[in-house]
Amino acid sequence: MNMREQAHEHGLTDEEYDHVLEVLGREPSFTEMGVISVMWSEHCSYKSSRIHLKKLPTEGPQVVQGPGENAGAVDIGDGLAAVFKMESHNHPSYIEPYQGAATGVGGILRDVFTMGARPIGNLNSLRFGQLDHEKTPHLFHGVVGGIAGYGNCVGVPTVGGEIYFDPSYNGNILVNVFTVGVAQKDKIFRGVAQGVGNPVFYVGAGTGRDGIHGATMASENFDEGSEERRPTVQVGDPFREKLLIEACLELMKSGAIVGIQDMGAAGLTSSSVEMADRGGAGIRINIDDVPMREEGMTAYEVLLSESQERMLIVMAEGREHEVGKVFEKWELEWGQIGVVTDTGNFEIHQGGELKCELPVSLLTSEAPVYDRPTQRPDYLDALKPAVLPESNDLGADILELLASPNICSRADVFEQFDHMVGVGTVVNPGEGDAAVLRIPGTERAIATSVDCNSRYCYLNPRLGAKLAVAETTRNVACTGAVPLGITDCLNFGDPENPQIMWQFVEAIEGMGEACAALDAPVVGGNVSLYNSSFDKAIYPTPTVAAVGAFRHTISRDSTDIGFCDAAFKDTGDAVIVLGTTDATELGGSEYLWVKSGELGDAPPSLDLAEEKRLQALIVELIADGKVKSAHDCAEGGLAVSLAESAIKGATGLTLDVTADSPQAWLFSESASRIVVSCAPDAVESVLACAKAADIESNVVGTVTDSGRLTWAGQFDITVAEAQQAHRGGLNSLN
Amino acid sequence: MKFAVVVFPGSNCDRDCHHVVSHVLGQEADYVWHQDTDLNGFDAVVLPGGFSYGDYLRAGAVAKISPVMEAVAKFANAGGPVIGICNGFQILLETGLLPGAMQRNNSLRFMCKTVDLVCRTERTPFTGELSAGSRLRLPIANAEGNYTIDDDGFAALKDNDQIVFQYCDAQGEVSDASNPNGSRANIAGICNVRGNVLGMMPHPERAAESVLGNDDGLALFTSALEHLNR
Repeated sequence: MNMREQAHEHGLTDEEYDHVLEVLGREPSFTEMGVISVMWSEHCSYKSSRIHLKKLPTEGPQVVQGPGENAGAVDIGDGLAAVFKMESHNHPSYIEPYQGAATGVGGILRDVFTMGARPIGNLNSLRFGQLDHEKTPHLFHGVVGGIAGYGNCVGVPTVGGEIYFDPSYNGNILVNVFTVGVAQKDKIFRGVAQGVGNPVFYVGAGTGRDGIHGATMASENFDEGSEERRPTVQVGDPFREKLLIEACLELMKSGAIVGIQDMGAAGLTSSSVEMADRGGAGIRINIDDVPMREEGMTAYEVLLSESQERMLIVMAEGREHEVGKVFEKWELEWGQIGVVTDTGNFEIHQGGELKCELPVSLLTSEAPVYDRPTQRPDYLDALKPAVLPESNDLGADILELLASPNICSRADVFEQFDHMVGVGTVVNPGEGDAAVLRIPGTERAIATSVDCNSRYCYLNPRLGAKLAVAETTRNVACTGAVPLGITDCLNFGDPENPQIMWQFVEAIEGMGEACAALDAPVVGGNVSLYNSSFDKAIYPTPTVAAVGAFRHTISRDSTDIGFCDAAFKDTGDAVIVLGTTDATELGGSEYLWVKSGELGDAPPSLDLAEEKRLQALIVELIADGKVKSAHDCAEGGLAVSLAESAIKGATGLTLDVTADSPQAWLFSESASRIVVSCAPDAVESVLACAKAADIESNVVGTVTDSGRLTWAGQFDITVAEAQQAHRGGLNSLN
Repeated sequence: MKFAVVVFPGSNCDRDCHHVVSHVLGQEADYVWHQDTDLNGFDAVVLPGGFSYGDYLRAGAVAKISPVMEAVAKFANAGGPVIGICNGFQILLETGLLPGAMQRNNSLRFMCKTVDLVCRTERTPFTGELSAGSRLRLPIANAEGNYTIDDDGFAALKDNDQIVFQYCDAQGEVSDASNPNGSRANIAGICNVRGNVLGMMPHPERAAESVLGNDDGLALFTSALEHLNR
């Protein structure tokens, strides 16, 4: 095979290979070809997305670290920063669900603690095929087991997440994992190689042959041979990761670290190249000094291995001995494998031979960038407007929705995750719209949530992405925290298909608009393309995770607790809907899908200025102790939001409201709405605050102790049967 | 008073226990590394939860042979108060400081949730402020919490008043329905014959502050302090 054929074999196009020849002025070696191919893969180079990602707002006074580092960071007060990031592990999780999901968690944890932050919470966003698809149970249990197995062992609580089931993911599931950690904001570490002569250390686990070309696999569509790629999926060791966290945080205290980065996709290659690039330096590595767990590995294999639980550290010259001291204590592998140079080259030696010498710039700034063609997809013209389904029993409809796989209780999943380790979890998963984590030993607390309704994004990627940002930040606000920033995982199909590329560009632009309007800058994220199998693309799924902080100290020692969950509390409390219900907004709704299998032609509308006012209103109402519960309206509309608050509070609810179409009022998924409850004597004040914020508000009912959910003339069901339906929605997977 | 919080590689509740002792109880707490062999100067010892040495073999099986456990055994045999929580309990079983063994939960799954417990004896240093028959709610989080012991051993546990906590329902009823993991006689915690060594699967340190929505577990720490001050 000649070198051009090798280039094709490595996924490079003719044009890309010509560019390599032009810059190098020679043919690359086989090792160099491997390095170029991974660094130029979609996964590492963002070649299809880069020009569009620039459109996202990334700045604000609260931003401590924006995109471009291993994770982003926002200021949460008292000199602390929340450091967070979300990443996809879609392809490996489809091929080997347990290890794929587990190593996804491991990777995102490293992205956060490499910044000097101790991880305090994990979230995940999971999408599987339809519930009755033959592969769904296996994939579901594997992924949930993998997340639990890894997260529980490292001792970072998994405090929330979302799970959807839809046929569009039958051949390509999504596993997006998120970690948030906390650091002193003036002690954030960065992935930078600086200072000529500074030693480069490798720490963690030894390198094996696992995961070679994982990044390349993640940059291709699935086809017949995909499952034979199992060897490209890495195997995780959460115990070693736990030791690595402690050892790295301990070494960071020494003040001798110049830069540090985890070895994620494309392993040793991408970590050292990216660190050199950020430092404007070169780097020289001797493969013979790399700790290995297999014999006879070539430079090519070592450079492309994606063995887990490894970090690269640049130390200050003269402080070398401190690495060994810490890593011996934690019984981890370590080695001084190289040095920072001023050559601007990525230079690899093995057995006295020069195996690779490439300009760092060839692998980073000179990597291809594509402005791929876009075309509005044909399917959009075939969408039909939503028609309100026939119904003669609204109570039965509510029960059916509560049991729907996309709405029902996730308690069985959350119970498999240790969501309490770390003594920070104030609002447990499922109890509120977002997880609330206080930071032990401080007066600060944060809230965090992840969300995306991909059905909305399919109908209108621009509006759907805006709605995802709005809902996620609203979830955070519904606990009483002020949203400060987001991270995203942009999961799309094949970017070389102009119709998919159109979805991608529309979604990014919508997301950017919403983030700017809601003052929630994007501080980091990840792009996952080629989520297609057998030419069928997933729904466009721009998953959004938001982090917010409480301005005040939260407690439970007074009635004025300063935060909120979603449960109704006391008999006689008034139930108020904040926001406007448009009964025609059934497009993309869970009700329409469950009742008729239809999508409609448009998601709910969104007024970003109104959303901003609504979020400010709910934060104010909670801070002032005026409301006792807050739950936003999402899938299933008011019907589900109201029923869930009653189920969570083990209370009854009597609705007393007039609506032209009770059915449409119950199930419309109009955006920018929150169900709150408050003491009877607070109603006037809540309505006045809403009026001052120019938000429509209506008292719709009363919390009761009847054990029933009722609306005279419309429905009358028991909370027990609602709870049973809600709890049992995923039983068929067991 | 000074509490030792033992740290094995893979312990992950060590910081939580340290937090409760130092920030909530207001006492001195020090981490003791698994290779240390000296517990002089400590008044009580906490073996925290986690996955010691990864628990890839059997939970607690490797921790059993760590240097620090010799010191813990010496401390316990001298009558010092020792509490093993979750993985700490598993380690106490493996070392033989407590009788019986742990199996995988009968669901074969990791399980994290808050459960109802009934306290059966106030004679341990950690339950002095609880009365026999009193109920509390504490979180469990484990995959191997299914306690088992042979018939003779079980009879001895009963005869010697060694059963400290049992899983129950909200009414205090100890039944199969209120048994989360298949544990023999719903056992959630036991002590040694002398009563100074307590092992329990539930996590009192995760329920020791009102902001977390549950401070039932604080009583175990305040009991220990009261015991030591006596």
